Amino acid sequence: MAKINRRSFLQVSALAGGGFLLGLYSSKAAALAQGPQPAALAPTDFVSIASNGVVSITARNPETGQHSLNMLPMLVAEELDVDWKQVKIVRAGVDAKYGIQFTGGSTATPNNWDAMRQVGGAARQMLIAAAAQTWGVTVGECSTTAGSVHHKASNRSASYGELAAKAAQMPVPDFKTLKLKAAKDYKIIGTTTNDVENKDIVTGKPIFGIDVTVPGMLYAVFHKTPVPGGKVVSANLDAIKQLKGVRHAFVVEGKPRPSNFPNYLNDDPGLEAGIAIVADSWWAANSAREKLDVKWDEGKWAAQNSADIAKKADELSKQTPMRTLRKDGDVEAVFKRSDVKVVESQYVFPFIAHAPLEPQNCTAHFKDGKLELWSTSQTPQTGRTILSRLLGMPEKDITIHMVRGGGGFGRRLYNDYMCEAAWISKQVGAPVKLLWAREDDLQHDYYRSGGFQYLKAAVDASGKLVGWHNHFVGYGEGETFAHSAQVDGNEFPSRFVPNFVLQASVMPLGIKTGALRAPRSNVYAWVYQSFIDELAQAAGKDPVQFRLELLSNAPPAGTQGVMNAQRMMDVVKLVAEKSGWGKRQLPKGTAMGIGFHYSHRGYFAEVAEVTVSANKKIKVNKVWVAGDIGSQVINPGASENLTQGAVVDGMSEMLQEITLKNGRVVQSNYHQHPLVKMSQTPPIEVHWIKSNNPPTGLGEPALPPILPAIANAVFSATGERIRTMPMTKQGFSFA
Amino acid sequence: MIKLKVNGKNQQFDGDPEMPLLWFLRDELNLKGTKFGCGFGMCGACTIHLNGKPTRACLTPVSAAANASITTIEGISPDGSHPVQVAWQELDVPQCGYCQAGQIMSACALLAKNPKPTDADIDSAMNGNLCRCGTYLRIRAAIHQAAELKASAATKPAKAGAKASGAGTNFAPRKSGKQ
Ligand code: FES
Ligand code: FES
Repeated sequence: MAKINRRSFLQVSALAGGGFLLGLYSSKAAALAQGPQPAALAPTDFVSIASNGVVSITARNPETGQHSLNMLPMLVAEELDVDWKQVKIVRAGVDAKYGIQFTGGSTATPNNWDAMRQVGGAARQMLIAAAAQTWGVTVGECSTTAGSVHHKASNRSASYGELAAKAAQMPVPDFKTLKLKAAKDYKIIGTTTNDVENKDIVTGKPIFGIDVTVPGMLYAVFHKTPVPGGKVVSANLDAIKQLKGVRHAFVVEGKPRPSNFPNYLNDDPGLEAGIAIVADSWWAANSAREKLDVKWDEGKWAAQNSADIAKKADELSKQTPMRTLRKDGDVEAVFKRSDVKVVESQYVFPFIAHAPLEPQNCTAHFKDGKLELWSTSQTPQTGRTILSRLLGMPEKDITIHMVRGGGGFGRRLYNDYMCEAAWISKQVGAPVKLLWAREDDLQHDYYRSGGFQYLKAAVDASGKLVGWHNHFVGYGEGETFAHSAQVDGNEFPSRFVPNFVLQASVMPLGIKTGALRAPRSNVYAWVYQSFIDELAQAAGKDPVQFRLELLSNAPPAGTQGVMNAQRMMDVVKLVAEKSGWGKRQLPKGTAMGIGFHYSHRGYFAEVAEVTVSANKKIKVNKVWVAGDIGSQVINPGASENLTQGAVVDGMSEMLQEITLKNGRVVQSNYHQHPLVKMSQTPPIEVHWIKSNNPPTGLGEPALPPILPAIANAVFSATGERIRTMPMTKQGFSFA
Repeated sequence: MIKLKVNGKNQQFDGDPEMPLLWFLRDELNLKGTKFGCGFGMCGACTIHLNGKPTRACLTPVSAAANASITTIEGISPDGSHPVQVAWQELDVPQCGYCQAGQIMSACALLAKNPKPTDADIDSAMNGNLCRCGTYLRIRAAIHQAAELKASAATKPAKAGAKASGAGTNFAPRKSGKQ
């Protein structure tokens, strides 16, 4: 497909949001019945207007730092036609009436762009209808500006606050008949609004999951089996129970993780086995944990080691691949031609962890057959479903409060800590705050999968890429890849190379894998864009020129979700222009590199300029980003922040690895899984192309290109290609 | 019995003297602004001031704070009006926000002894504070802005909305007209 046209986009969103529309209307009465707020307008569950003109807008998405708490209400406020200063943002509870409540996959914008503007537009229509009825004029004669309805002919105006009570009685208009604003009339969309919780953040208010306190609350640690699937044989629980402050210590038998949940939207973690310690303070619980003496039955994964995995991958790479995922043309014939140059390379990358700065936690209160939770989950609705399954209780008896999460990056798509907290609360019959130590977090993650990429490709005498063979060795069983660890036959450069083969082999794996910010893309971009640089070199071409030529082989329009070549060429050209690609004289040891990647509907190209010292310290001097996420960048300030953060995040990933020894994760804290520091952060310029496409998400797509941009720059500066991550394995680090 | 001052108030503690200050502040005094990130001195989320010096509360046993004066994020201003807090909000620094209390405590300590820090001064004072979301460029710009706010407050009444100096930072303008 070339682009998602407006019509098909609307259809998709109507399907996905079917429940949303129903919920929106059916809850009108319930919202109105909330009690004595005489002049409060509640035409929907999202908008309420007080008589003093304060407009409360409900944000339905979880917030873990993407500014969705601002962004969704901005869309409503725009079409409602109110001044942003009038708006008070209210965080939704988890309730079917709100429709999709989910933060992940860069979907907040595509899931809400139409729906939230329609909510605002519908509320505005009801206010106009109320005014028209009051004045005895037609709706068509009325207009609105910043929180008021006007009737020009009679020079009458009424504020939304004045009209609220009456407007609440008006019929809710059919969303399809709404006339939404033209983009040129936007006053809020496209204008920076600062995070609504900034003041609470800078004054230390208790707004995060870890800060939740409920009366009578106890504190828990959960010491899980170090090897996935292990069981407790025995433990010194009697001694532990004697320790100061300890109230309970008990074995959690665990429940196996069902194997048939293919993605994060329905992942069921089961329950790992371990020892729960519940105490008067978290410190007491965690100190008691240090005295634990547990005998484990470590189960079938106890012998898994990273070194053995690497050996096995090497063997597999020499055998016939297990599966062929895509085959175009005849790549073997191309490799035999005498007029081609063949390049062969292998790229190796590790597991890495999400490690959001706020360790996983959840406060749960099981009482009288009902469960109440305070959670930072990115998928609270899924969470409720799996809790109902785990505890054998109906979903209607489970109430989940969404609390700000200290970073997500995909980790909070998974609800394992939520299940543990609920389980422990039910066992002890008291409210419990479960808090993982950082060690728990790094050693019990849903890791970004590692893998091994074997690549072979050919360029012809004219420098054209004519054949591409890729054998991916990863994890999984049989026909199934481990979660978020697959390769996809639609990934670039497939379709752009006439002879193309993608094959895969898998190895079994004990630890869990999962979606980490720009899943797969966050590392395949480095693999493919680095290899494309190798091919540009073989072709004797400039890396930008080679890429543009490759993109200009655009195949006929394909299916939805596949990269549009023109949009990508546009961001490549823009980033080349902004960075002065090929135009600036750089000193010896300093060079530029480029990478581009399409993911999550977003188009990004990035250039890095680096200086590499003799001892392989990389100073990233500057980064340029060009992105196309559609016709609007809804909140420009937050978007720049998020994009710069994606670059920093990608740099950190070049330093990180999770390894296995005897079935358990070796790394335990940030010293072994580092983050880039302020002094290593380059200036990052962000440029946008506003293309004629529906606005799409930004949480993820800006990340992937930075890894190859830096790695390619390092090659240009030093002649050494980074083919193994973390790059510290090749002696590279950031200055 | 350990006695200490927290945000100007006298406090005492007769529990485990080895308990890190972090948990005393968070769970005994219910001051939740100081954050737990690593418990290992690696991230700076738990930064507080101990007798004015930026200190990792996760590694400091309560006993080491006996008779000391502690300041937490809740104590640097009654209402979020400290120039560092103001600059942080004006430049919309936070993403998830979790590291920011620790960042702000390190920044306040820096500005207290160096009212006009250079980028290099800022980097060296702030390098122990990790931000998983990568907001470093804004943190640096906000420290410059806070320095200006402080300086102008010293000479004349505070002016709202001072611009970031951006000196040597390449902090792109937040918004230049309609996008
Ligand atoms: S929690 Fe103290 S340095 Fe990380
Ligand atoms: S803002 Fe999220 S860790 Fe710094």
